Amino acid sequence: MTTPPGDLVAKPTALELIDGPVTDASLRRYLDGLPGVDAVGLEQRAAGLGTRSIKTTSKAWALDRIIELIDLTTLEGADTPGKVRSLVAKAITPDASDPSTPRVAAVCVYGDMVPYAVEALGAAHTQPGAGHDAGGISIAAVATAFPSGRASLAVKLADTADAVDAGADEIDMVIDRGAFLSGRYGQVFDEIVAVKEACRRSDGSFAHLKVILETGELNTYDNVKRASWLAILAGGDFIKTSTGKVSPAATLPVTLLMLEVVRDWYRLTGEQIGVKPAGGIRSSKDAIKYLVTVAETVGEDWLQPHLFRFGASSLLNDVLLQRQKLTTGHYSGPDYVTID
Amino acid sequence: MSFLEYAPAPESTSVLHLRKEYGLFIDGEFTEGTGGTFQTISPSTEQSIATISAASEADVDRAVVAARRAYDRVWSKLSGADRGKYLFRIARLVQERARELAVAESLDNGKPIKESRDVDVPLVAAWFFYYAGWADKLDYAGLGANPRSLGVAGQVIPWNFPLLMLAWKVAPALAAGNTVVIKPAETTPLTALIFAEILQQAELPDGVVNIVTGAGATGAAIVRHPDVNKVAFTGSTAVGREIAKTIAGSDKRLTLELGGKAANIVFDDAPIDEAIEGIVNGIFFNQGHVCCAGSRLLVQENIHDEVVDRLKQRLQTLRIGDPLDKNTDVGAINSAEQLARIRELSDIGELEGAERWSPDCELPENGFWFKPTIFTNVSTSHRIAREEVFGPVLSVLSFRTPAEAIAKANNTPYGLSAGIWSDKGSRILAVADKLRAGVIWANTFNRFDPASPFGGYQESGYGREGGRHGLGAYLASAGSAASVVTAAPKAAKKGAQR
Repeated sequence: MTTPPGDLVAKPTALELIDGPVTDASLRRYLDGLPGVDAVGLEQRAAGLGTRSIKTTSKAWALDRIIELIDLTTLEGADTPGKVRSLVAKAITPDASDPSTPRVAAVCVYGDMVPYAVEALGAAHTQPGAGHDAGGISIAAVATAFPSGRASLAVKLADTADAVDAGADEIDMVIDRGAFLSGRYGQVFDEIVAVKEACRRSDGSFAHLKVILETGELNTYDNVKRASWLAILAGGDFIKTSTGKVSPAATLPVTLLMLEVVRDWYRLTGEQIGVKPAGGIRSSKDAIKYLVTVAETVGEDWLQPHLFRFGASSLLNDVLLQRQKLTTGHYSGPDYVTID
Repeated sequence: MSFLEYAPAPESTSVLHLRKEYGLFIDGEFTEGTGGTFQTISPSTEQSIATISAASEADVDRAVVAARRAYDRVWSKLSGADRGKYLFRIARLVQERARELAVAESLDNGKPIKESRDVDVPLVAAWFFYYAGWADKLDYAGLGANPRSLGVAGQVIPWNFPLLMLAWKVAPALAAGNTVVIKPAETTPLTALIFAEILQQAELPDGVVNIVTGAGATGAAIVRHPDVNKVAFTGSTAVGREIAKTIAGSDKRLTLELGGKAANIVFDDAPIDEAIEGIVNGIFFNQGHVCCAGSRLLVQENIHDEVVDRLKQRLQTLRIGDPLDKNTDVGAINSAEQLARIRELSDIGELEGAERWSPDCELPENGFWFKPTIFTNVSTSHRIAREEVFGPVLSVLSFRTPAEAIAKANNTPYGLSAGIWSDKGSRILAVADKLRAGVIWANTFNRFDPASPFGGYQESGYGREGGRHGLGAYLASAGSAASVVTAAPKAAKKGAQR
């Protein structure tokens, strides 16, 4: 949909954009200077996109693509290595009755579970973006004292480095919402920069960094917009709505707003940032609304695993049921899809 | 394949049970007209939908006689609560048959099903519900105790929102205790005739609402009829002027809801993404066939280029085509005549030096279609900035200061609606205060609610529809002359005989 502003345009650094050293004051000047968000209008637009009617061939394509965009997630205190192995098996073979079913993009686990995921994935393990067509699956780990983010920076960085060392390809960090809400934008910025640095592997490459804004705690759309810009300015590869531990988690208006920010960043710099709505998306019908919103806001380009993800667990089975319905013409039931 | 080329998702027409021919709805039943017949066609395919009777002057007279009889014998004698009961019944039936009405509206008018389904028909029901509630509370309509109905209301409505305009006219008229003779537009009579079936289903007393179809001559016959006490018209300014002349000197009451050339003002502190949506909704909603459409976009100079750029990008995602497809955003132009007028004015716009832009999109072969169009570099003196195009054509102008925005916005013979986009509440209030328009939307556009009065200044007409004010257009205070219903000697005699 959009034409890149040109490959030669170098990505401006935050420093260049905000025209001066990164401080609370300079960040506030920049972020508060962004156009506001009209809540009624935003929700109206999201509702409008939600009325798109996706049928037949488009629906078949959408269902497969949703599977390919899922970060299959388990983030429970009660997680065990066995649970993670089972999750990985489900990620590799989502529907045992239909081998044509695509694989999910990634599995998302707590940091201490990464070694078990690596082991279980074996040859199916790939870096995000690379080899996904061949059915490779990445490992995403939540870090930085997920979900509250209430720990010292040293602990957050150690948490991150630990997960990267264990083989995580993607780090889902949380921002310090307390600092953000009290206006300490500089602190949030510095933390993201530091975590990004902690994502560096020994060979110099980086694990992808997803920045969780926890929009349910930011409360206003204006805040979500500012936090999105802040996360991108600080170097996040992805902006993610929620931890899934706070209600409301992902909503369509919030995701639409974040996609608009990503689109504006692309217009400005030519750089593509990913968006990940997480938590609360349970049905194929809802997930299709998100696909429509992505396609009509930033363009179809974004419907790829390195630019859009669903953080979800129960969504996969609903998509599989819908997929079976499309192929066989009749509805089956929860007994015909596997629990992980 | 491209995901964005969504597979067709057509709404089924199986809910429709149309007849091949429709007569006039007079005195509670369908009767043949004596003014010949005409075809109503689907503007998206040019195929005929049904044969419709044209009402002659004699037919209109029959309808008015039926309305007078119903007024004298039944409707004016009913309690407000009983009138409300019928209106509630109609509202519920509209909801029950919502899908059918939406499909018929899209078929006959060319508007996208998502609009007829999500806007038109729900508002129709809302209007009847709203005025049903007023029927037994007329003492609070602002005209003092015991306000009186006027008698027979003659109503002529346009083709852009066929059923919704019918609801705007019929609901307050009936709530206030009047009876009705209404003429739907020549190109869009279908939903009014289905509405007639709903009236039968609701067992509304015969003659309370009479629906006569036909062209301009039928409308003129209603307006001229000596036994009509109140005329309500929505349509073009030219016809409105004719009507005003026709009834000048008579004691008929008149409300006119005419054209517009609304300014949609975008300040540099506007919520930009929502403003873009509002601009799109303001002018491309219903193919721009909206009297209050935001057809003049006034953008603050410092964000002009960015707004135009974003707007163009947004327009590329608009889907133009089959009105019955649930994913269609912009449907067909209502008639060949209207298409010709839109083309003519757009060509003039180009000739006068404005820069014309439309998104790349394919238009269907048959039917009447016009691509969403933006004109930039428009001056206030260009015809596209002054005349009502009544189509999907937006003229973009710029301004530097709020004072200039206000001056430009008010520089029109019309004055129906306006829009203001700004994050600053005080600015919105200050500007709204100085705009000469009946309806002003802030950070939204084209929103309608039965509780809110609607109407214009100057050449946009007079009188208000909707809300308590809309009720006042069908009432007279207890002591006023208009409450004495003696418009025609014939009617008075009848009253005396009884």
